[in-house]
Amino acid sequence: MKSLEELKRIKEETLKAMDLRQAKDRGKIVVAMGTCGIAAGAKDTLMAVIDELDKAGVHDVQVVQSGCMGLCDREPTIEVSMKDQPSVIYGDVDDANARRIVREHVQGGQVVAELVIKRGNL
Amino acid sequence: MIRNQLLICAGGACITSGEKSVKDVLVEELAKNGIQDEVQIIETGCMGACDLGPIVVVYPEGTFYQKVTPQNAGPIVSEHLVKGRVVSGLLYRQPTSETRAQTREEISFYTLQVKRVLRNCGVIDPLSIEEYIARDGYFGLGKALEIGPDAIIQTIQESGLRGRGGAGFPTGIKWKAARDASGSPKYVVCNGDEGDPGAFMDRSVLEGDPHSVIEAMVIAGFAIGAATGYVYVRAEYPLAIERLEVALTRAREYGFLGRNILGSGFDFDIEIRIGAGAFVCGEETALLRSIEGKRGMPSAKPPFPAQAGLWGKPTLINNVETYANVPPILINGAEWFRSVGTAKSPGTKVFALAGKVQNTGLVEVPMGTTLRELVFDIGGGIPGGKAFKGAQTGGPSGGIITADYLDMPIDFDSVKELGTIMGSGGLIILDEDNCMVDVAKFYLAFTVDESCGKCTPCREGTKQMYQIMERITDGKGTPNDIGKLKTLGRVIQQTSLCGLGQSAPNPVLSTIRFFPDEYRAHIEDRKCPAHACLHLLTYSVVSEKCVGCTACARQCPVQAITGQVKKAHVIDQATCIKCGSCYEVCRFDAILKE
Repeated sequence: MKSLEELKRIKEETLKAMDLRQAKDRGKIVVAMGTCGIAAGAKDTLMAVIDELDKAGVHDVQVVQSGCMGLCDREPTIEVSMKDQPSVIYGDVDDANARRIVREHVQGGQVVAELVIKRGNL
Repeated sequence: MIRNQLLICAGGACITSGEKSVKDVLVEELAKNGIQDEVQIIETGCMGACDLGPIVVVYPEGTFYQKVTPQNAGPIVSEHLVKGRVVSGLLYRQPTSETRAQTREEISFYTLQVKRVLRNCGVIDPLSIEEYIARDGYFGLGKALEIGPDAIIQTIQESGLRGRGGAGFPTGIKWKAARDASGSPKYVVCNGDEGDPGAFMDRSVLEGDPHSVIEAMVIAGFAIGAATGYVYVRAEYPLAIERLEVALTRAREYGFLGRNILGSGFDFDIEIRIGAGAFVCGEETALLRSIEGKRGMPSAKPPFPAQAGLWGKPTLINNVETYANVPPILINGAEWFRSVGTAKSPGTKVFALAGKVQNTGLVEVPMGTTLRELVFDIGGGIPGGKAFKGAQTGGPSGGIITADYLDMPIDFDSVKELGTIMGSGGLIILDEDNCMVDVAKFYLAFTVDESCGKCTPCREGTKQMYQIMERITDGKGTPNDIGKLKTLGRVIQQTSLCGLGQSAPNPVLSTIRFFPDEYRAHIEDRKCPAHACLHLLTYSVVSEKCVGCTACARQCPVQAITGQVKKAHVIDQATCIKCGSCYEVCRFDAILKE
């Protein structure tokens, strides 16, 4: 360690690893992880959401799990709630769809209409 | 790819209540569910709410699980992490309603605090220097090297930071005196000899955020022109020593200690000195003698350590909490520091809340916070609906703040006016069941024990005071005892060599001042109003209420209770050892305690 620049670099790198502990206030993605969801592949969905957000450098959206939302035939389901917007529930969210939702909805601000089950809170 | 982080509080109290076994269960459960690569477990320093431990916080949600045991920890993995269902049984139950808090932000114990000194405790992994850096660690040092010694000292002076070890001496003046002192080499010392019974903020900072102290000591060394620093920690703090050692090694690897720090040409290193746990070694001149390898005994001041300290050389000595305040002051400036607290005592103070209060633990609040806010809003009030009687501040060197002063803003100067001291921040809450004479006797016993014996007023005087106190609580006090205690106390205060002796009479004088009736009751009526002093206590059977169930007679360990079945029993006062077990076991309120 010989300079402040190096110190800043370590700070930025470590902040990424500590990212989960930071306040995230731009939005929240809830992945339903009931038995039905897990059976339908919700775990892959969860990891795909996290991976895609990370690749896109999005650090202000929280990803959490919830129990079954009661839409078992459309699992895996996720709920995307961006700040100041009505939340959207998506069904049949496999790996590819999860990545698409992150790109189009979270980053692009465009709801992926064909996967929508419901708009607004349940 | 990590999707969740589990923060487990690995502060001293949580470790004692089983944190390691909880962690083992969580590790096992993660593996059982095949998600060990997706969830990271991080052990942090003290989260403060020690009575709720062991504590586990699940991120990103920040779900706060308390009183986790190896038996109930499993569902945090199998329910929360696997199925997304919050384990509601482990959430904190709000004291005033039936609802449960999901996160720390919903618990008043946390929301009313301002964490500056404890900014990283319970948030980062204390063994990770990178996490410290990520929270702006060592940027204060970077700034310090850039602005130079004079500007550093000016910033500390302007901030108004005062010594957190007890006396509240302006830190900037100390630093300037050490810089201006002639003599070489100079030394920087950290006083981590936390001795007040009940105070553990310094331990928590060393355990939870050791780099904050290291960084501040390097800054101090640069400011006064020293190349060597010593951290004096007591041997009773093995975890603090262990984590400090790891932190020192990491700091050397990263070049924050050693030669040519951050390319500035400045050299500095730190060594740990382990004390044997003598209270007097918290006194700075005694501490310095102890570092020199001599017997820890104080010497007269002046000369002050800044002029002639370690090995007679100029030495800057500050307390752990004082140092932990320094890096953020350099980063954010003096104005920022003054933005909380009172005009003459800016900043925050960490208090160790203990005794008769719902939420015990470590709390950091702005100076000027009232005792009412500390005890009732943050502390959750007195358990069992009992009445608040007073708070002992400053441990054995302090005194009582009574219920009349609940709304007085607490800072260095206001507590002094009440005849007590801020001390290191120990705050023991007392309720109606505490006898003030007994409490004062307890603290006096502590100083009698810890007096180093060098000067007569402290060695002999405290012993004489203790014998009078013992006489009073034994029911053998005489009417002029109070006068004797006051005279002795004043003489000891004025003639003792060091702070230990000078402050030793405080608990007695303070309780005489605020609770004269309790002393009189002990001396004149031979009664202890709080029923705490055993010799002044009698247990007897109220024969009208006694149904002769024999429960008390069977419970009595010395067979002092006799009587026939279904007939009133009798306690033989000569045999009774006043253990109170009959009082506890009786279901008919037939035992009278007076």
